[in-house]
Amino acid sequence: MPVITFIHSDNRSERIDASAGDSVMQVATTHGVDQIVAECGGNAMCATCHVYVDGGWIARLVPMSEEEDELLHGVAAERLINSRLSCQIRITPELDGLVVRLPDRQI
Amino acid sequence: MSATGFTSQAGIGHAAAGASAGVPQSDIDPFSIEFFEDPHPAHEVLREAGPVVRFDKWNVYGVARYAEVHAVLNDPLTFCSSRGVGLSDFAKEKAWRPQSIILEADPPEHTRTRAVLSRVLSPTVMKQLRGSFVAAAESRVDELLAKGSFDAIVDLAEAYPLSVFPDALGLKPEGRENLLPYASLVFNSFGPPNQLRQDAIERSAPHQAYVAEQCQRENLAPGGFGACIHARADAGDITAAEAPLLVRSLLSAGLDTTVNGIGAAVYCLARFPEQWARLRSDPTLARNAFEEAVRFESPVQTFFRTTTKDVEISGVPIGEGEKILMFLAAANRDPRRWDRPDEYDVTRKTSGHVGYGSGVHMCVGQLVARLEGEAVLSALAKRVGTIEISGPVTRRFNNTLRGLESLPVSIKPA
Repeated sequence: MPVITFIHSDNRSERIDASAGDSVMQVATTHGVDQIVAECGGNAMCATCHVYVDGGWIARLVPMSEEEDELLHGVAAERLINSRLSCQIRITPELDGLVVRLPDRQI
Repeated sequence: MSATGFTSQAGIGHAAAGASAGVPQSDIDPFSIEFFEDPHPAHEVLREAGPVVRFDKWNVYGVARYAEVHAVLNDPLTFCSSRGVGLSDFAKEKAWRPQSIILEADPPEHTRTRAVLSRVLSPTVMKQLRGSFVAAAESRVDELLAKGSFDAIVDLAEAYPLSVFPDALGLKPEGRENLLPYASLVFNSFGPPNQLRQDAIERSAPHQAYVAEQCQRENLAPGGFGACIHARADAGDITAAEAPLLVRSLLSAGLDTTVNGIGAAVYCLARFPEQWARLRSDPTLARNAFEEAVRFESPVQTFFRTTTKDVEISGVPIGEGEKILMFLAAANRDPRRWDRPDEYDVTRKTSGHVGYGSGVHMCVGQLVARLEGEAVLSALAKRVGTIEISGPVTRRFNNTLRGLESLPVSIKPA
């Protein structure tokens, strides 16, 4: 199982065994990672599942769509070069070891 | 049959000829006044009868469990919207109004019009509106505190959205009294040809005329949602003829839904004092308290889809051209999906509820609804100490919307 690490804004980290096919948002919400709100339930509408993708992982993800890019303009915390919406990151075996950092707020 | 008399088996019978073998038949009328009085026991009967049920009276299939409702919502090509999201099948009868180019459309056509409204109602736009929406909620709550006793439906759940949404849209001040009757008409029209629907359509002419007029570019103030939609026509995203129809969607679905959402939230907080206390102790829960009210009460109770081919839902074969009634409210309380589904809990993880639908048609105005709901509940939590129901609570009946006609309350300052 691919392992995903979530690092909270207070630097606490959680390693979670993820199922391929799920989104990073789904992994977070089903394992009680509270800093992922995901109000719209993964429909790419609300921009409340914002994450900062760590290190070199950003280049290994499927590029974002135009819609995701627009939604990221509306995130509550600062948008950085490595900002993504976690509902749009689909887990594959290649993403084993992915590390994402959580912003201090989603709303 | 009384709504309160449902038991685990009442209302469910065996499959009759003509329907899929083995599909539980129900003689429940999910559009009757007695059903609307208290739908929850009947929802339970329908959920427990099977993954798919068949309604004798209206000749439709229904799904009431979370998994099936979610699956139907997320397969828009098999379960289409273009034949109408009410009982009426546009392939067989003419729609009562020109068909919506977003609600009653399928991908790929839907994708283009949807993108326009998504952009007009985006998270970025909400950031700009937040300050004025919050200020309006605070002054509304201050006025209500001065009154002490009032009707939480008319004076808050209706008054607040009416004080912010039509201005955000850019509507003229004149004629706004048509907005709620028009919305009520639209949501009644999704139901079967019962008294509610017929009465609504009979009285619809003046409201339809008002709405058609306000959708025109010259009647929409610069900077508002309406003007932004028309600007997308200049950019070539939609045609000039499509712009008024997209404005109409906001006029149809942008007001009565939030009225019932805010009404639901206040009704929950007035009924469940421990949840109200929890919210008061941490007003940052306001947004989630509103979201949980949307799950718990489901202001939009149902929508239909139509099958575009022979399909199976959880092993139940269903032919092409069949109407499927989705019980959003029943899915939102399905014990297969939710712990303690019948409890209102302001700290619940609500993500995944289908109160706004799901998939490509999920409520495009959900961010406006949440902003309004959060603004009102946050103002209440910070300024009000107690909320008590002070008179008879009466229900308003609509074929799609669930909400109250009147909720008399007394409040005291914190």
